[in-house]
Amino acid sequence: MTRILPLVAEAVVSRRGPRVLVGPVDLSIDGPGITVVIGPNGAGKTSLLSLLHGTARLASGKIRWACPIEDARHEQAFVFQRPVMLRRSVIDNIAYPLLIRGVPKRDAMDRAHEAAKRVGLGALTRRFAPRLSGGEQQKLALARALIAKPQVLFLDEPCASLDGRAMREIEDILQIARTEGTRLILSTHDMGQARRLADDVLFLLHGKLHDGGPADTFFPSPATPQARAFLEGDIVE
Amino acid sequence: MVDIWNGISQAVWLMLTLDPELVEIAARSLRVTVTALVVACCIALPLAAFLAVQRFRFRRAIIALLNALMGLPPVVVGLVVYVILSRSGPLGVLGLLFTPTAMIIAQTVIIVPLIASVAHQSIRDLWAEYHDLLISMNVTRWQKIRTLLWDARRALMTAALAGFGRAIGEVGAIMIVGGNIDHATRVLTTAIALETGKGEFGLALALGFVLIGLAVAVNLSIHWLGRTERGDRW
Ligand SMILES: Nc1ncnc2c1ncn2[C@@H]1O[C@H](COP(=O)(O)OP(=O)(O)O)[C@@H](O)[C@H]1O
Ligand SMILES: [Mg+2]
Repeated sequence: MTRILPLVAEAVVSRRGPRVLVGPVDLSIDGPGITVVIGPNGAGKTSLLSLLHGTARLASGKIRWACPIEDARHEQAFVFQRPVMLRRSVIDNIAYPLLIRGVPKRDAMDRAHEAAKRVGLGALTRRFAPRLSGGEQQKLALARALIAKPQVLFLDEPCASLDGRAMREIEDILQIARTEGTRLILSTHDMGQARRLADDVLFLLHGKLHDGGPADTFFPSPATPQARAFLEGDIVE
Repeated sequence: MVDIWNGISQAVWLMLTLDPELVEIAARSLRVTVTALVVACCIALPLAAFLAVQRFRFRRAIIALLNALMGLPPVVVGLVVYVILSRSGPLGVLGLLFTPTAMIIAQTVIIVPLIASVAHQSIRDLWAEYHDLLISMNVTRWQKIRTLLWDARRALMTAALAGFGRAIGEVGAIMIVGGNIDHATRVLTTAIALETGKGEFGLALALGFVLIGLAVAVNLSIHWLGRTERGDRW
């Protein structure tokens, strides 16, 4: 298996018409761990993640993986803020990424059952996925994203509308994925979650990478007053 | 009135005894329409999915054309197919005029726009739902289309049944291209027209009951599919 990391982004910009949604941003991501992207609403977190993932058009700048981009696309997955459920059973949803990669059906189903169990959906495999609760849908989305063992997993505010318990279950799954070697890049507006999960932090403001760094230096002593204010829960303009 | 009552009792008798002529005509009707339906679905469903997922220059124009063709009078379709298949027409050498094949062609032309149009709407809605996920998963265009067709299958069956209903009850076009020839191209609708004209109410009514039975069965299925689509079992 070819390694896709490091990921290097040089002056990447995402635009919608004349409007800059995010950028220019420079960053590089390598090795295991969790990168947490924080910042106020509209700062450009979602835009940055889809840009790095390759689903948003790059208006300018460069994104480089350690391998050709087509190979890199197959080694990534994305979990949306609002999970997208295929109109199929839970188990068919989870198996889907394997089936489109050409894994034989029996094999795919076995692995999907395993994955369902690991996220606590073992009892719901025959249920129609769009009818699941919000927390169950997000767990399904995680299992589906992880089943093909991606090297990089993007998560856009995966716990935005979940209660504390569902959030903890999701975080446990994320920690396991991380120890198994998946690089996670996750946006969140929950500072508690950011502190619990982060190895590295990217603080976005007005579409720019304003501050950030290793979690153990960023959280105790952020370099910029805006980041400090944001961490303290003040409104950052 | 006496005529009518006689006709009804005769009709019931013909159905109960499985009258060979009745059975022959009903079977031919089914064969022609089911074949037309299969052909039409093979064209219309992939077309609908393709129109939903692919942006290209004439996409909007094709969708508008399909919607317009949906309202095309069947008689006109019959006329056009007749001209094309007639001996001096472009496909005249095939000798298809006044055969069941000609009727299948006419019915296919009539229902392709209907099925494609209805199917396109539901596939488009599903694509809006799936778009981000499938793009993120980097699926091929073909996988996209297969996924959408499969997950929209309930709605597509409804579209197909609507096409079936329209085709089996159609009379104008198949009368023109089929010619209503006994033991060759006579089907339920054309036979009803003929028998009614001759005053043979018994056979006409029996044929009519069979046709109504088919139409009701189709509509019940559409209704049932529509309900199960909203439920969480399938
Ligand atoms: N589809 C879109 N069209 C126009 N503007 C958008 C669109 N998506 C996001 N934006 C704008 O881009 C900026 C960044 O948005 P986003 O990346 O969603 O921020 P965040 O995820 O941090 O809340 C915001 O100002 C937002 O209004
Ligand atoms: Mg966002």
